[in-house]
Amino acid sequence: MEINKPSKAGTMESNDIYVMLMPNPKGGIEISLHSIVMKQFGEEIERVILDTLKGFKVENIIVNAQDKGALNYTIKARIETAIKRAQ
Amino acid sequence: MPGNTPAMLQDAGILGADSIILDLEDAVSLTEKDSARILVREAIKNVDYSNVEVVVRINPFTTEFSQRDIDIIARVKPDTLMVPKATEEELKAINKILTEIEVQEGFDTGSIKLIPIVETAYGVENVYNIIKSCDRIVGVLLGGEDLTSDLGIKRTKEGEEVFYARNRVAIACKAMKVDSIDTPFTDTNDFEGLSKDTFKARSLGFTGKAAINPRQIDTIHSVYAPTKEEIKYAKRVLEAMEEAEKEGKGVFSLDGKMVDAPVINRAKNTIELAKLLVLV
Repeated sequence: MEINKPSKAGTMESNDIYVMLMPNPKGGIEISLHSIVMKQFGEEIERVILDTLKGFKVENIIVNAQDKGALNYTIKARIETAIKRAQ
Repeated sequence: MPGNTPAMLQDAGILGADSIILDLEDAVSLTEKDSARILVREAIKNVDYSNVEVVVRINPFTTEFSQRDIDIIARVKPDTLMVPKATEEELKAINKILTEIEVQEGFDTGSIKLIPIVETAYGVENVYNIIKSCDRIVGVLLGGEDLTSDLGIKRTKEGEEVFYARNRVAIACKAMKVDSIDTPFTDTNDFEGLSKDTFKARSLGFTGKAAINPRQIDTIHSVYAPTKEEIKYAKRVLEAMEEAEKEGKGVFSLDGKMVDAPVINRAKNTIELAKLLVLV
């Protein structure tokens, strides 16, 4: 699935994650993640983001994410919403 | 619980409520309907709500959002969908859509239940037919705010203006053997007012009351909870009933008073409610 335009989803509230997606003219997936639980869960959050992108067959994208302690299902939901808004 | 707020969705199951309403309607802005729908779907799939009934309030059937709400949410099998301003025609249409989804997903037909919200003058007058419109309906929620808005009258704490609607809904639900859930009390800081309002609903026959804030749950439960004396008496009635059945008696007496079917039914309801509130 192609990302045609910038999109965003989520909020900066506690237990949520704010994600911004942009088309990547260079190709590939670039993730920039800031999280209040970066040390403990940074790798896990990135894995959930990547798995969700993979599920929608998104291969060229820039992801900026500001995590405020979201659980995995919230991360997945916000990425899915942003992907659908980017069509 | 607002459907686009992860913190509330994940805590909803531990607040002590018998049912939780995950809201896609008024608590979600028009620009976030898509986001809330996906978040609520994922919450139902991933959060353990244990024995708490999961109800999702969809958008009114007349809006562009409701069909997507039903299609996405029904596929993760919530216990119940709550339908705002529902008419019998809309409920019949929703029933058909749900049946198709249940067949596609391999769910038992009729397993997703419906609770219509009666919140218009037409809905109040038509409540009996609304309940009769399909077998999925397990209860009715009276929506006092929208109803008084529809009637063009002021909503008050005392609630005299919804007295007729409360009577009509409670009796229709009782007649059709479904739950009747009273409108929420909107002042979240007035617990005395909440207690009085809940007592009024209970005395009119409502089987439950909606809370607009988790802090209201304990007060509502305390009004609905049977007293120790009521539980003790109900147990004695049921014990006496078992004895009478063994002896082949249809009617029997307890403490010099005749015990018949209504008394037995009330005793059974008392014990059922006490079990639900973990009082026995």
